[in-house]
Order: sequence, then structure tokens, then C-alpha cells
Amino acid sequence: MARAAILGRLAPVRWQLGDVVELVEETPRVKTIALDLPDWLGHRAGQHVDVRLTAEDGYQAQRSYSIASAPENDRLAITVERLDDGEVSPYLAEELVVGDKLELRGPIGGYFAWDADDGGPLLLVGGGSGVVPLMSMLRHRAARRSQVSARLLYSARSLDDVIYRQELERLATDNLEVLYTLTRAQPPGWTGYARRVDKDMLEEVAFGGDHGIAFVCGPTRFVEAVADGLLAVGYAPERVKTERFGPTGG
Amino acid sequence: MSYVSRGFRGRRREEGPSDRIPPGQYLVDDFPVLSAGPTPRTPLDQWDFSITGAVAEPKRWTWDEFRALPSETITKDIHCVTKWSKLGTEWEGVSVDTLFEDVETSAEYVTQFSDGGYTTNVPLEDILDGKAWVAFGYGGEPLDPEHGGPARMLVPHLYFWKSAKWVRGLRLMDDDEPGFWETLGYHNYGDPWREQRYWGD
Repeated sequence: MARAAILGRLAPVRWQLGDVVELVEETPRVKTIALDLPDWLGHRAGQHVDVRLTAEDGYQAQRSYSIASAPENDRLAITVERLDDGEVSPYLAEELVVGDKLELRGPIGGYFAWDADDGGPLLLVGGGSGVVPLMSMLRHRAARRSQVSARLLYSARSLDDVIYRQELERLATDNLEVLYTLTRAQPPGWTGYARRVDKDMLEEVAFGGDHGIAFVCGPTRFVEAVADGLLAVGYAPERVKTERFGPTGG
Repeated sequence: MSYVSRGFRGRRREEGPSDRIPPGQYLVDDFPVLSAGPTPRTPLDQWDFSITGAVAEPKRWTWDEFRALPSETITKDIHCVTKWSKLGTEWEGVSVDTLFEDVETSAEYVTQFSDGGYTTNVPLEDILDGKAWVAFGYGGEPLDPEHGGPARMLVPHLYFWKSAKWVRGLRLMDDDEPGFWETLGYHNYGDPWREQRYWGD
């Protein structure tokens, strides 16, 4: 794995074609696309790919998407949220079918990445589809049977908007706690958090001691608030890694 | 020729003047934020800007000294490696030429360094002769911390990661040294018109 990752970084990041082998509807707005990529050199959990679409007249559009699968998985998976005014995501979420090909290149980004050997404890804070690269880390952690203590704090509008819910339930163990905060609608009898992530919530969720390492991914406002909150709780700035995406992510 | 994506037509919603949008980029109206860690917030009384490294006499400005330098309004198109471009952004800043007025150096490269540990490298000639500024204002307001305030580099002819946020100085180098993203697989030079996003581009 490590060797593949290093080779992946030293080699030019070339465009390659993958076969779409499975589509999973995660929520009404979110789809996972699983690909067979014959020339893939491996990735680290947390990295992303660039996807390129080409129209018949040669017009092209590119966007970046986080990798959802673990480095250990046979297939590469990305999870895409459909943005109503987007250009690429509506095509990926609605037009693409199994048997199509998809052009992409990667892996890209080596900073927002976690290897089981990096240790922990590992605090993951995701907002909306910002959970995708964090899921890659949790799948990697499970594939490696890592005993690193981990917590996922996942902010979603409602329970129906939670991506990977069943898998997260399966992954949760003594060493991996999954906490939700549902910011807009909560089911009857909901006892979990029901507000935007704030400092008090981070105080409760953060690991003690030297805190370990934190990864935060979501919309810009969310990431700014969570990263500031983690510093207020005592995390060292260099142990808080962030990935932001805006509404123009397409 | 690339693989044609069955059924893809594209929205081409924001096709602006094509001579201002580099290949693979799309236009945005807002100003997305991209950074690898928390936003640093250095109080202005602890802020300074320095020119160090391979230089006969290092330079240093406090915030007040820096703001007393002649500044100008700059209107430029900017291009982020994450594919968005924004046209006609308006900045207030000090030209790097002004900062280099009394600097004697034979160095050919520069490392921009920032609060939070970020670095990025550029050839010195790419920030001289009216090509780069240390910006402290955006759209008529003080530069917002999440966009790099109190001051950031503005090197608009390169991808925007080559314009360090929260910049605290320039280190002159005889030899080129890849910075933060350059070490992590991003292109060493980063010309958007040649689409130099990653290693090998």
C-alpha cells in the first residue's frame, strides 16, 4: 500500500478511463459510483480525483470528487452529491449508468490523508457530503483492523440525509464511536445532537490527552466553525486538517 | 481526443470571454475558500513582513510601516487549481517591486512563507516587474482572514495556490525548493494557461 501510494505520487497524474460497475443510491441526492480502473496505482484514504466529462463537440468540464473507498478495496468509489445548479454532478448522479466509462485522474492531495500507521486518536468531523473522504479513512481503518480509537461526528440536515448510515452502524465498535447531529429535522424520540456543531459539542466529542489528530470536511462555513472550535478546545493547529468545498463545487 | 461522455452536453452556463478562462476552468461569482488547516489569526501588533534568505541586507516591516508604503488598486482575473476562475477581482496592495526597491540579491527563486506554516515557491522574476503584490484589501474592504488576511500574496498569472494566504515574508533562494502543495504532487510552476496542475502536466 505504502509503496503504491509513493509510486502514485511520483508518477505523472495521467487521465485514465474507468468502467462504471455499480451505482448505489445513498440518499435521494447522493450517489456512489464504483469503478474498475485497470491502471490505478493506489491512493491514501482522504485523497480525491479529478473527473472530466467531454461532450461530442469536444467541450469539457472538470470537477474534483473525494474517494470514498479504502485503498484496500478492489474498486475505486466516489460519492457525488447532486447540486441543482451544477454542471458535472447532475450528469454523474442521473445520466451515468452501469457500463458507461468515466474519465478521471488521481489520486490528488496528500495532506488531507490518513494511514492506519499514522495512529491517533482520530477525530473525524464531517458536514453533509464532507463525510465522503472520512468514510474512506474509516473503511481503511476497518480493512487494516486498526485499533486506533476513532470518533466520527457527522452533521446532516436529517436522518434521511445521512450517507452510509447502515455501514456506519456496522463499523461502530468500542473503538469507533459514530455521533450524529441533525440540524433541521429529527425523528421522534431523537436523543442525539440537534444543532450546528459548536464548541460545547466539540468539548464533549473531542479526545482528551493530547487530542490526537482531527480531520474536518464540509462546506466552508462549517469547516471554519469546526476548525476554530477545535483550536478553542485545545487542538494544535497543525493537528487539524481541513478540506473545504463550496456550493460552486459543481 | 478524449473519451466522449455519452449524453453529456454541458451547461456552458457561465461562458465568459474565452480568452480569459484557461483550459479546464469554470467561472464562479462567489469566492470559494481553500486551505489545509485552521485559519490563523495573528494580531496586527505582532505581524511583520520580511525579506530574508540570500539577500545582502534582510528587510522587515511592521504592519504600520507596511501600510505606510505606497499601495495601489489591482484588478485581475484569478484561477484556482480546483477549477474555478473569478474575473475582475479588485484588490488593494503593495507591489512587490516596492518592497524590493533596496534589495540586492543574486537569488533566482523565492519561497513565500505564511502563518500556519504554509509555503509556496516561485521564480523571483515571476513576482517582479508589476506581476505580484502583497494584498491587504479586497473589494474595498480589509482582507477577510479566511481569504488570507491581514495580508496575502497576489500572483494572479499563476494558479492561486501560488498566492500564499497569511503571508509573512519572502525567502530568497539560490536554488528552487518545492513548497507545501508542490511537495504533495502539485505542479512546481503552475501556469493555468498551460494547465500545469500536477506533476507531469
